Amino acid sequence: MKRSVCNIVFGGIGGQGILKASEICATAALCEGHHVKKSEVHGMAQRGGSVESHVRFGDAVYSPLVGAGLADFLVCFHKDEHQRLRPFLKPGGTDLTDYLEPAARAITHPRHLNTFLVGALSARLGIGEESWTKAMHAVFDAKILEENLKVFRAGRSVEIQ
Amino acid sequence: MRVLLSGNEAVARGAWEAGVAVACAYPGTPSTEILENVALYPEIDAQWSVNEKVAYEVALGAAMGGRRSLFACKHVGLNVAMDPLMTSSYTGISGGFVVVVCDDPQMHSSQNEQDTRWVGIFGKLPVLEPAGPGEAREFVKEAFAISEEYDTPVLLRMTTRVSHTKEDVEISERVEVEPRPFVRDVAKYVMIPKNARGRHVVVEARMARLQALAERMPCNRVEEGCGKLGFVTAGVSYNYVKEAYPEASVLKLGMAYPFCDEKIAEFAGTVEQVVVVEELDPFIEDHLKALGIAVTAKDASFRIGELGTAFVRDIVEGKKKHATPVTARKPLFCAGCPHRFAFVVLKKMRVYVAGDIGCYALASLPPLSSLHTCICMGTGVTLVEGLGLAMRDERVVGVLGDSTFVHSGITGLINAAYNKAKGVVVILDNSITAMTGGQQNPTTGLTIRNEPTKKLDLEKLCQSCGADNVDVIDHSDIAAFEKLVTERLAEDALSVIIARSPCKMIDRRRRPVPAYEQELCKQCGLCLQIDCPALTAIDDGFIAIDGNVCVGCNLCTDVCRFGALKKNEA
Repeated sequence: MKRSVCNIVFGGIGGQGILKASEICATAALCEGHHVKKSEVHGMAQRGGSVESHVRFGDAVYSPLVGAGLADFLVCFHKDEHQRLRPFLKPGGTDLTDYLEPAARAITHPRHLNTFLVGALSARLGIGEESWTKAMHAVFDAKILEENLKVFRAGRSVEIQ
Repeated sequence: MRVLLSGNEAVARGAWEAGVAVACAYPGTPSTEILENVALYPEIDAQWSVNEKVAYEVALGAAMGGRRSLFACKHVGLNVAMDPLMTSSYTGISGGFVVVVCDDPQMHSSQNEQDTRWVGIFGKLPVLEPAGPGEAREFVKEAFAISEEYDTPVLLRMTTRVSHTKEDVEISERVEVEPRPFVRDVAKYVMIPKNARGRHVVVEARMARLQALAERMPCNRVEEGCGKLGFVTAGVSYNYVKEAYPEASVLKLGMAYPFCDEKIAEFAGTVEQVVVVEELDPFIEDHLKALGIAVTAKDASFRIGELGTAFVRDIVEGKKKHATPVTARKPLFCAGCPHRFAFVVLKKMRVYVAGDIGCYALASLPPLSSLHTCICMGTGVTLVEGLGLAMRDERVVGVLGDSTFVHSGITGLINAAYNKAKGVVVILDNSITAMTGGQQNPTTGLTIRNEPTKKLDLEKLCQSCGADNVDVIDHSDIAAFEKLVTERLAEDALSVIIARSPCKMIDRRRRPVPAYEQELCKQCGLCLQIDCPALTAIDDGFIAIDGNVCVGCNLCTDVCRFGALKKNEA
């Protein structure tokens, strides 16, 4: 059986909104009609420690975790965590760590970093814009939805030289 | 409809769909979100109980009274509830009763790695084990049906990777269940020896019937493959097997206990090599060996920690687990956390600190390094008494949280008073159950649904327990706190100090970031010893304050001896 599964690892430190970012991504994949798994750990790790969340989607997904050297995308939220997370990336996989600098320039508050990076990721996944919009509506409260949609679009259109 | 649900959300959803009327728990990672999500359904009477024993008994009572009820806990929480669990196996229930236990392989947020499947054998209870959220929802409904048909509590065993994985799950609507008629049945519910002897016969007969059921359970499923390799697996490990060997034959055990011996033997006869893949203890492995089946099973090194897809091939090839170095960033107290104030003082005093379960256990890590034990709920009181009996000259201070004290500290305090023990116990009252993400408890005066309720008066309670002194202090005044602890330690008395300052998850106020004058800084590094996430060392031992992280708690200004860090009143 040939399976095509997209593997994404999100990682950074507690409080950066990593779980929210992976929630948007997993919800968008669901809206697109994929089988989705998303895995993370709660509790002690969130007290300023390392946080990572794995998202896998495709026709049939079994393991909730992305193995070493198998991630198609790495979305790193903190440069200090990059060395730890890089081994997840497969040869030829896409490392979005380069987006941290343009993100820092584009956003007005660190709490928007997650939405910006998901925007940048969204342009590279085969998930339609409508599904992303649905996911944003599902994940964010009405009162902060508009500002996050704006940040998402900024991330989605950002170009790296 | 398909929605994205975590394993814990799926348990809550499945329970709601199954018509559950009552659900009880005490928070504990990775199980906490089960009751948080149950509480979102108004049809269910949901509660945070004082501890797991109480939660189990309240839920059991509801089941005996004829309503479908659910109890949820983490693996070590079940230890607290083992007393009622063992005998409820004898009494049975009336309305369905499901006991959800979330194990934590890898100890992401736990003090041990115990494997709950053994409780099936020990307690003579059926155990179902889902591999993901979709099955969690199905299995919880199946568990209620088994519970009522076989008159038994049913265990649903989850693990962190099942509880905290989300997947798309098919959901349906709630089906109300009529309460079962309540019957006064003394022989069934009064477990004096005469009656219990009769019930033990019932339990053994039930186990035989459950074993026959296991042979028929669709969740004990054979997936035919090439016939060379045949995996026997359960829970999250099933997923790793399917990833690593998609062509292999698989016997997936959805019912972990009792075993379907005939189905297992039949499966073993159809493949060349039987391989058992399971996390933690050799539960399936030992059983298959006892059946006389030749199996390939994991090396003992794999009993420690989680499995993953990459490990499955190593298990098949008989290799040992190659430990991957852990380089993850260490967790630490939040910026402005009141616990930091307490441990800066206790470290300075060089006392031995008997700790407990909660965020404050992080104080054991350097550079704070000022908490010296963490075993189970309540030891912040009882170990003070025990250590005091052994070491008359050591200054010992007990430390535990408000929720932890109510969970298991009260009996220890009564014991200390009754047995004439002396010593100092500090209740770090941050007015929340913090470690698990901020749940209400009897000291907060709010229920699981944030409705006002009777608020427990800790001061009066400690006095009633027999403490000679009960002081209440806001320990963000570290000088006053140090003075008080020093005085109480010097006395020949049993003292409780309630150090009251709210968790930063509740108190979100931010005060101005302190001023830092680099010219006055002597690069001594004392401020870095408080382990604040807002303070970082820069070149030559000077420091930088991250204004986005700092909440203006000013602890760094208290510890700076040279006036380089100053409170900013602006």
